[in-house]
Amino acid sequence: MFPVVEAPAGAPGPPGIDAAVAAQWLVEFLRDELSARRSIGRAVIGLSGGIDSAVTAYLCARALGPENVYAFRLPYRTSSEASLLDAQLVVDALGINARTIEITGAVDGYLQHEPEADARRRGNVMARTRMLVLFDQSAKLEALPVGTGNKTERLLGYFTWHADDTPPVNPLGDLFKTQVWELARYLGVPEALIAKAPSADLEADQTDEADLGITYARADAILSKLLLGYSDAQLVDRGFSPDDVSLVRRRVDGTHWKRHLPTTAMLTNTAINEFYLRPVDF
Amino acid sequence: MLPPDNHGARASRLRVALVQMKPLKGRYAENLRAAGDAFATLASDPPDVVVLPEGGLTGYFLEGAVYDLALEAPRFARDLARTWRDACGDAPVDIAAGFYENDGGTYFNSSIYLEVDRGGERIVHVHRKMFLPTYGVFDEQRFLSRGRKMSVFETRFGKMAMLICEDVWHTIVPAIAAIKGARVLIVPSAAPGRGIDGIGELTSITRWRDILRTVAGEHGVYVLYCGLTGFEGGKGMTGSSCAIDPRGDVIVEAPPAQACIVRADLDLREIDLARASLPLLGDLSAVLPDLLLDEELPLPRGARDVSGR
Repeated sequence: MFPVVEAPAGAPGPPGIDAAVAAQWLVEFLRDELSARRSIGRAVIGLSGGIDSAVTAYLCARALGPENVYAFRLPYRTSSEASLLDAQLVVDALGINARTIEITGAVDGYLQHEPEADARRRGNVMARTRMLVLFDQSAKLEALPVGTGNKTERLLGYFTWHADDTPPVNPLGDLFKTQVWELARYLGVPEALIAKAPSADLEADQTDEADLGITYARADAILSKLLLGYSDAQLVDRGFSPDDVSLVRRRVDGTHWKRHLPTTAMLTNTAINEFYLRPVDF
Repeated sequence: MLPPDNHGARASRLRVALVQMKPLKGRYAENLRAAGDAFATLASDPPDVVVLPEGGLTGYFLEGAVYDLALEAPRFARDLARTWRDACGDAPVDIAAGFYENDGGTYFNSSIYLEVDRGGERIVHVHRKMFLPTYGVFDEQRFLSRGRKMSVFETRFGKMAMLICEDVWHTIVPAIAAIKGARVLIVPSAAPGRGIDGIGELTSITRWRDILRTVAGEHGVYVLYCGLTGFEGGKGMTGSSCAIDPRGDVIVEAPPAQACIVRADLDLREIDLARASLPLLGDLSAVLPDLLLDEELPLPRGARDVSGR
């Protein structure tokens, strides 16, 4: 009798990560981008109480030293108290600088003129207001704003354009959400932040996975294959549900524009970034 | 007891220094000074050959700025030689270094090999990268022309060849270099790191090492890999400069993410011993004509006629 060795069956799981390798690489990235390239030794981070900004703070503290990391809690009046407390756990664990600036006055100062604004519009105003604060604080502190967006939300378009994506450097943007969780465990981020359901905290009881209609684990597993060129039929063949595949494909295909700079009309053969090509670090 | 050197008066030892550069993007003069600092650390015990990576004095991802920074080979040779002499005086040295080359308005990703001594400098060879990666993160063929020949050149340490980055990923290229007599392969490279689902290192570093070890062990050649390091617009170059012996074993390897110098003292007689143990190169030399005469191979029209068969 010959024993049979079967290839693994069923839908693949989310992509793996060697968290130690990733952490070291991202620390080097932050040092090079801030200190070596820009001669800036300080980072400004919007600390939401969620996992992405917590991991970013841990990486920045490793790269620059906790004394050079400036965390800002930027609550709106509807923000949850739990988020503020979770952010404080990170501040206390790392010993980084921290300040809380309420954005309610700024946000409501505008929205009082737009009382019919729905939750989506109100959320976008809050996100853009937070970036306004972070960029102004970075000028005051001679620091660089460091982004916190992950690859999953970038691919699904689950972010506010020209808000969450505006900081000039972003260590997590090529990591899926499930990989960010793994990285968080490796870095020692408080368990309360790892265990809780991710939320943009723009509305009460909001969760990312309810908004998206799919869990991060399933979305990441599909995305990691979709990016390699697999068709929907091939993904279903590999065990993913047709509804999940369709949802993820629709979100990715509907948001390519959010992952680019604004579209500029080309009129000459010296159009910037079309003919006149210089790397970002030149 | 090792056999006598059977390659005439050529040296049987080769002391190498691989300078793992971390350049500032586009700042050639500053990077040349940094190379001078590296040379100065070698001054008390100068090596025979110094290797600098692909894009080592400019950075790798230049896009349209490549036309601002590309140099004619003689000018680059003069700059390197002057920098060496300023740091190490009259100590003779061979230098292999990657650079963007301007040849009368045609641009190449090249590597120069020059001899430097008190009398001046002599360009021994310029290799122009043949395989220009133009996919994914790479865009070389948009800006550069490709080299057309895998040449082997004579040095005081025997025959060598230079293969730039992707040149060495196509197994036939180092095979041809070895069949043409190269005993040392110099590989200047700029490798953007990726792959975080490996164990203990980026998977692209593992892949690179596997390739280099396979090349060295299959053909019985020393491989001197000099990698760029530092981040360029979020893309981190993986360094990991290394010397690999003709049995495919890593002699020494640098860490991925810091500027440093890798030194090794190579016994060139090891090449013959390795080839005696595993005569794959001799086997390939014998069989290659049959492989190339296979009518199913997509060779250029008339290529078999030119061979005289």
